[in-house]
Amino acid sequence: MRRNKWMILLEAIVLIVCVVVFCIPFYFILLTAMKTAPDAALMNLQWPKQNMLWENIKEVFGARNYMLVRAFWNSTLLTVFSLLILVVVSSMAAFVLQRRTHRFTSLAMLLVMAGLIIPPAVVPTIWVLEGIGLFKTLMGMISVEVAIHFSFCVLLYKAFIGGIPREIDEAAVMDGVGGLGLFYRVIFPLLKPVTATIVVIEAVFIFNDFTHPLYFLPGAKNVTVQLTLYNFTSQYVSQWNLLFANALLITLPPLILFLFFSKKIVAGMTAGAVKG
Amino acid sequence: MSGGKKVTKVFKRVYPFYFLIPAGIFYILLFLVPTAVSFFFSLTRWSLMDWSFIGLDNFVTFFKEPWLYTGLQNTMIFAILTSGLKVVFGLLLGVFLCSRIKSGEFIKSLVFFPVLVSTIAVGITFENLMHPSNGIINGFLAWFGLKGPNWLGDPDLALVSVALVDVWKGIGIATVIFIAGIKSIPEEYSEALQIDGGNAWHKFWNIIIPLSRPAMNTVIMLSLIGGLKTFDLIWAMTKGGPGFSTDTIASIIFKQYQAGFYGLSTAGNVILFLIVILIVMPLMKLLTRNEVEM
Repeated sequence: MRRNKWMILLEAIVLIVCVVVFCIPFYFILLTAMKTAPDAALMNLQWPKQNMLWENIKEVFGARNYMLVRAFWNSTLLTVFSLLILVVVSSMAAFVLQRRTHRFTSLAMLLVMAGLIIPPAVVPTIWVLEGIGLFKTLMGMISVEVAIHFSFCVLLYKAFIGGIPREIDEAAVMDGVGGLGLFYRVIFPLLKPVTATIVVIEAVFIFNDFTHPLYFLPGAKNVTVQLTLYNFTSQYVSQWNLLFANALLITLPPLILFLFFSKKIVAGMTAGAVKG
Repeated sequence: MSGGKKVTKVFKRVYPFYFLIPAGIFYILLFLVPTAVSFFFSLTRWSLMDWSFIGLDNFVTFFKEPWLYTGLQNTMIFAILTSGLKVVFGLLLGVFLCSRIKSGEFIKSLVFFPVLVSTIAVGITFENLMHPSNGIINGFLAWFGLKGPNWLGDPDLALVSVALVDVWKGIGIATVIFIAGIKSIPEEYSEALQIDGGNAWHKFWNIIIPLSRPAMNTVIMLSLIGGLKTFDLIWAMTKGGPGFSTDTIASIIFKQYQAGFYGLSTAGNVILFLIVILIVMPLMKLLTRNEVEM
């Protein structure tokens, strides 16, 4: 039984270390968001003398003419429309790429995989966006998110479609449906589990995206939530309480998704990584 | 797949290539075309409206200017450091979470959650925690009578500090990949080992390490690629400072873009492209060759 005792001791140590290392930063965000500006500047873990959370949140929302409200609206639009397009175009593409073995599909697959490895070229993308008149527009930003996240979605869809027997296609073809009919009436409904995984994971990624909106969606009118936080860092130099109230607000949506879908998120990200 | 004429005809109707067109428009226009033209524009002085060809001048600048060259080195150091640490800690956590413990699911969620949190929020939080005089980390060290360093203010340490935060945020993915890898090892191996009288250490060293190689390779590739491209965490925490001590290629691309040197910025993109290809491709070959059959 000696070994068992050691195991319990080890577990206790790992548990404590993990709680300290992974919980305290979040606890710190919450505490600081509840403090007054001078208290927040002390950067410690003391419980706030008076709870200012509500006041801080109200002030953050009202700042710069309700910039955060607009940012939440923009980020929601960006996330929802990017997801819609991603699901439609990448499931269709993955279906053909998985089912057809052809010189052309292998080349296409190679190009799709390149998207997982190669960093997107920044200024040339702006150049293309300007050329088609979509630079600094939400539509342009949505298109860029689709292009950048397309490879990962194809990967997950392709792996899942590989597990759907071809006999299903054949039966449908016998019944006289093919092409779009087969895909949308027969195959797409079967993809529900992987579609759900993709929606949840990509929602978090696109909502959290900072770099691409920074480049491709400049301008105060177009601000997204990640950029509000970044913009407020220069404005709230000595008002950490407001900065952390903002951080708390934009951390909530992923937290809620994680509470409900943690299994799906973990499984999907593992599958995506291993396949890639 | 055999290619009879009739089969091809059915294929064309059932799995038509036009399914690729909607995705293709986005992907070609906004990923492949920019990547392709970046090679040309990296050889120019460029203002979006107008360009003039200057040959390899941008690349020469990159390798000659010490602050740009530092960025190249930092990119490599950052990528290697973070992926090394993620392998070590991810493997240890993975092995631990696969053993018979009660709090496994809880610890897994705890470790994984930062993956989903805004990088900017994480950066700002750790900027506070790492504050040299008020920060909690140095406060903790002071309990033990240690004088904590100036994590983000010391040019020799800042890059390592940011790398540690990157590991904190990304360790969750590494851990769940290792867990998946370890769980896929057939039970027979451990049973055989037990019959031969092997202990936990033997199991770790002779079974888990060699047979979780595919998982390890995935973690290495994923974190190397991610590490080479890292921008947001560095920008949130240090903006490349102090001085240029935490600049990476990705932050240089942004700085040059902001300064209006589009050609130089694009040259940075091409260099990053080449580094990723030159490191990742051979490494992928090497790593997969060494995988052990199960």
